[in-house]
Amino acid sequence: MARGHHDVGGLPGAGPIDQTEHQLSDWEILADAVNQALGAKGIKRTDEMRRAREEMDSAAYRDMTYYERWIASIEAILIEKNILTKEEIDRKLREFDAKWGEP
Amino acid sequence: MGRTLNAEVGKLKPGDRVTVKFEDRPGHLRTPWYIRGKTGWIERVHGEFLNPESLAYGRDGLPKKTLYLVAFNQSDIWGRTSNADKLLVDIYEHWLDPASN
Repeated sequence: MARGHHDVGGLPGAGPIDQTEHQLSDWEILADAVNQALGAKGIKRTDEMRRAREEMDSAAYRDMTYYERWIASIEAILIEKNILTKEEIDRKLREFDAKWGEP
Repeated sequence: MGRTLNAEVGKLKPGDRVTVKFEDRPGHLRTPWYIRGKTGWIERVHGEFLNPESLAYGRDGLPKKTLYLVAFNQSDIWGRTSNADKLLVDIYEHWLDPASN
């Protein structure tokens, strides 16, 4: 029997939940916007995004922040639906990195 | 989305005692681990919704499934007899069996 890495309700030792508000980064707001746009276009559903998070590598899932999990899920779903390829995403990332990345 | 405004759906009614199935199968499962195998009672019938365990794979979510608000005694979940609170969980009908006691 295997319990998914997302299914942590009731596990001992997690400690209290940090409920303090924090400022969102620009990229986090963009991640939300892209997510909502894809939903409005009928390209993906929330349930598919949840399933994509559940299927991630467990160590990667634990290491990611909330919105990092979102964009990783979006990437997985877009590739799965043949809307973008991994190569196209990686090529665009290299372009952005060359333009705006750390020197 | 997928909501039927008719509480007269489903096989179970408020007050019925139910046990959550202890299933572990591959796929997107919409019932948290900690509540599987636990016994509680139907608090409310939410209505019929597209099945999220099907929608998660890009399918149509049909047939719709009846969703219930199910109540549990905290002590029946965590084994702490000192806490008299209830815990409320949304659970789909295909995860519920009538309780044997």
